[in-house]
Formats: sequence, structure tokens, C-alpha cells
Amino acid sequence: MDILVCVKRVPDTSENEIELNRAGNDINRDDLVYSVNEWDNYAVEEALRIVENAGGSVTVVTVGDEEAEEVLRREMAMGADKGLLLCDEAFEGSDGMGLARILKAAVEKGKYDLILTGAQADDGAGQVGGMLAAMLDLPFASLVNLIEVGEGKLKVGREIEGGNQEMNAISLPCVLSIQTGINEPRYVGIRGIRKVASVEIPRLGAGDLGLDAGKVGAAAAKVKRLDYFVPEMGAGAEILEGSTDEIIAKLLELLKAKGGLK
Amino acid sequence: MAQIFAYILHKNGVIDDTARELLAVARKIDASATPTALVLGAGSELASACAAAAGAYAQVWKVDNAALAYPNAEVVRKALVKLVPAGSIVLMAHEHFGMDLAPGLAIRMDAAFVSDLVDIEDLDGGLLKAVRQEFGGAVHSHVTVDLSTGAVITARPGSFQAKEEAAAGGQVADKSGAVEDLAGRRDFIEVVAAEVGDVDITKSEVLVSCGRGFEEQDNLAIAFELAKAMGADVSCSRPIVDAKWLEKARQVGTSGQTVKPKVYMACGISGSFQHMGGIKGNPFIVAINKNPKAPIFQVADVGIVADVLEFIPELTEKIKEGA
Repeated sequence: MDILVCVKRVPDTSENEIELNRAGNDINRDDLVYSVNEWDNYAVEEALRIVENAGGSVTVVTVGDEEAEEVLRREMAMGADKGLLLCDEAFEGSDGMGLARILKAAVEKGKYDLILTGAQADDGAGQVGGMLAAMLDLPFASLVNLIEVGEGKLKVGREIEGGNQEMNAISLPCVLSIQTGINEPRYVGIRGIRKVASVEIPRLGAGDLGLDAGKVGAAAAKVKRLDYFVPEMGAGAEILEGSTDEIIAKLLELLKAKGGLK
Repeated sequence: MAQIFAYILHKNGVIDDTARELLAVARKIDASATPTALVLGAGSELASACAAAAGAYAQVWKVDNAALAYPNAEVVRKALVKLVPAGSIVLMAHEHFGMDLAPGLAIRMDAAFVSDLVDIEDLDGGLLKAVRQEFGGAVHSHVTVDLSTGAVITARPGSFQAKEEAAAGGQVADKSGAVEDLAGRRDFIEVVAAEVGDVDITKSEVLVSCGRGFEEQDNLAIAFELAKAMGADVSCSRPIVDAKWLEKARQVGTSGQTVKPKVYMACGISGSFQHMGGIKGNPFIVAINKNPKAPIFQVADVGIVADVLEFIPELTEKIKEGA
């Protein structure tokens, strides 16, 4: 099975505290550490496992600038066979629909049996997988936490409310958006990264993809982010202060009053 | 102004709380709107859901089709594309079904898509200004949405206040004829119920809940020790289950269990809305987190800015001394 996995470079929320910049209109991007979107990493792992069992290939693709190449290389170090960087000034400022349109053009350049995306990203809207499927006229399932490969189709589990799982049969080719927890992504060591450090990653722009530059990028976006902000919140929690002993004494008093100690 | 539709979630003939919240969303877009409820399903359960929807909406469109007995997003999308006029605005709740249905629907309708709105500010010349959250609620963002070719909008459950209104006495129009063959390429098989774990956290009165702040699996032992000293049970947030450190049955949140304890100790948990969505009954919430800006401090009753790995063993010790 030939699988395409769409990945995205995002600020790493486990390495950074996301906060506003001094002007109060954007997040503070100084010293921000980026990594591959957590959901996408599970998608790549799942693709690798499918190919390990059923044969085939895994290609990772991203839309981004030159720096986005590092996430492709990281996923190739995990085991993906090929990387594809969709890079063009015309792509800047694309909304979800624009990104899906760019990815669609890349999908049509190849031949894939299965296309995976992460179910969402910390800075996203959980939209690209579903849009891409609709543009390609392929069946789609979101929040997938189980895949079993069958003949010409897949059995997929979706995470629904209350820890329940919705089982579906879906015909191939299809698009699936992957939920975290579907597997345990393998560790990528320095050696793995080194091995793929010099592998050439093809870059495709709007012209290569046969895309009308007017249909992507900021000008075509129907949804635009104006700014970031932190709203005035209510009073919030009463923060206990003092020495640890004082804090604990106060907390124990409160817990007793609220029925938290038996 | 474009016609506004609200997709109504229902189960066993009962409509979801979000049905009335979407009415509030529609009114925030256009105060004079008379939105139409879309109620799709099959048989007697559908009839009950339509009757309930007519209590809130003046107009209800009903689609009765055996293929819609279970809400399979691929099938529902096909039905909606045939049903909803071009240029309309379709509202739905941002939960697992909305996430499955909405993005592809926007493409099929050639409409704008915006997801997970927590507020709407204004509508100015066909441009809707709304509020979303990013990075797990650490920051909010304003977005504009061009409504000129219609829109599909998902709203976060619980973010828009449903108003107490007099019964709408709505008219139910049967639109089943507008959709016929709904066969798709994705077939619903079954719902597999969550496994029952060692403890039923939905019955716990006191919970010690662990999040990312525990850093390593071995560190969870201190949470179990605290729980033992308090007479509490241990629950957790999603990352702990994703890492397979604890079983799914201990996960609190919209994709896990809904708990209603008296006291909830959120230890090393940032407090995402998905997590908080699983906590009901207004418990006394204690947040322990080393990040003073963690969203959990906005919703907790009492906060302690400390590293759980250092603070919890000391707390456990003091409780044991007092016992």
C-alpha cells in the first residue's frame, strides 16, 4: 500500500510556554521551538506499521517554508521513504481550504492508496483531512484510533464520546485523520536523523503543481486570523501562598471542609 | 441575509443540549434570524427528536431515511448537500460528529469553514468576526469569515448560552423526498463500548487526577500514594492514556469519562476544555501546576503554583501525619 501522510511544523507546546508578545497581537515567537505536530507523528507511525505488515511505501508531505523541511527529515528518520516539500511564496497566508487545495494537487501528482493526516493541530482547526477528502471525492473518517487492513477496504475505529469507539468499513482509496493514542510512535535518535540528513527532498511550487496562484494564499483565504489575544478572565483560583508547610496547612483545612479527606 | 440552518444532534429521540446553543449562535450572527433545524434520522426516534426540536426552532426540516438511522457523517453529508440551498449558513456542534462532517460539507457547498468558535463579536458587510482558541486555550484569536458564498460553522459545546425561551411551536416539514439514494463508501458497523477498568471514576467522590506534569510513568506512584492517604481514586488527562501509562477508563474528558466528584485535585494538568468538559456537578477544584499561566487556574477554586513531583509527596506526608 502506498501511503501519503500530511504533516505540519508547529510550535511545540511541550517545549514552549505559548504566550502573547509585547505588542499583544501575536504569540511570542522569539526562541520558539518547533516540531512536527503531535497528531501527525501518530499518523506517520501508523503508516509505517501498515507498510511493515502489508508492504508499500510511506511519503510525508508538508506545505511550508524551507524550515519545514526539518519535520519531513524527522519523519523520514522514523522510516518514511520519501519527503515532499510544497513551498511557494504564493502559498503564504493560505487558510485551511487553501492548504487542502495545495495538498490535493500534490496527491494528484502521485498515486496513493491511503492518505493520512493528524486529526488536528494545536494551532489549527481540524479541517484539512476532511476538506482534502471532499476535494478528491474520496471517503473520509476522522479521529481514527484503529486501522485494520482488509481487501480493498479498511476497518477503522473512530474515537467518539465517553471512550467509546465507532467501527466503520471504508473503501480504499480513502483519507483518514488520525487521533493521538492510536499507537506509540517510535523514538527517533540522532543516528536516524544523521542517516537522512543528506537525502534530497523535492520541492514543488504552484507552477509544478499546476495550481492557480490566485486560488491559494492570503488573497484567496475566506477565513483570516486577525490577531491573538488573552481575554480578561474572571477572578480564577485563589492562589495559596507562603511556605510549603503553610500552603499545605491551608489546603488541608479546605479539603476537610469540602469533604476531600476521609 | 443567508438562511441559517442548525444541524441537530439527537440520540434515542432526545435532542442534545447543543441544539439550543446553536440557536444562540444563530442569534449572535443575526439577531433577527429564524434558523431552521435540520433533523435527520429514521423512524419513531426521529419523530421524537423533531418534536423536541420544534420546541426550540420555529422551522424544522425532517429527513427520514433508513440509511440515516445511525449518524454516519459520510451519509449525512450527502443528504445535506442535496438539502441545503447554496449560500446558506450551516451551524453544528464541534464534537466528534461535527469534526467528521463539517470540513467536507464546506467543500461540497463551496462555502467558508470555521471551526470550534467560542464567541461571535459582530457581522459587518458579510464578514463575520468571531473568537477561537489555539494552543489548548493558552491564547485566543479573532478570525474573520467571509460569508458571501455561505459557511459551515462549528461551535464549541457549552460556549454559547442557550436562552430560556417560550416553546417555539415550530412547524415540521418533511424533506425526505429531497434525498434518496444515500449509499456511501463508508459503512457504519457498530459502537464498541469503552472497557470497564479496575475503578469506576464516575462514582468517585474524590479524585486525584494526573496530567503531563508527572513527566514519567514511574512518578505516578506518588499520585496513588496521595489518593490512598486521602481515600480518593486516581484519574488522569488524555496524554497519560495516550502514553499508555494508565488505562482509558481512568481518563476524564469529552473523549473519556464524565465525572462528578465533590473534590477534584488537578495535578500537573493544564486544563484544556476537552478535559474540563468531563467534569460535572461543580466540584471543589484544586489545581497544582508549576506554570502559573496554566488555564486550569482560571477554572479551579484553589491553586498552588508548584511542581507536582515535589509538592505531592509533602502533602501526602502531612495527611498521613494528621491521620
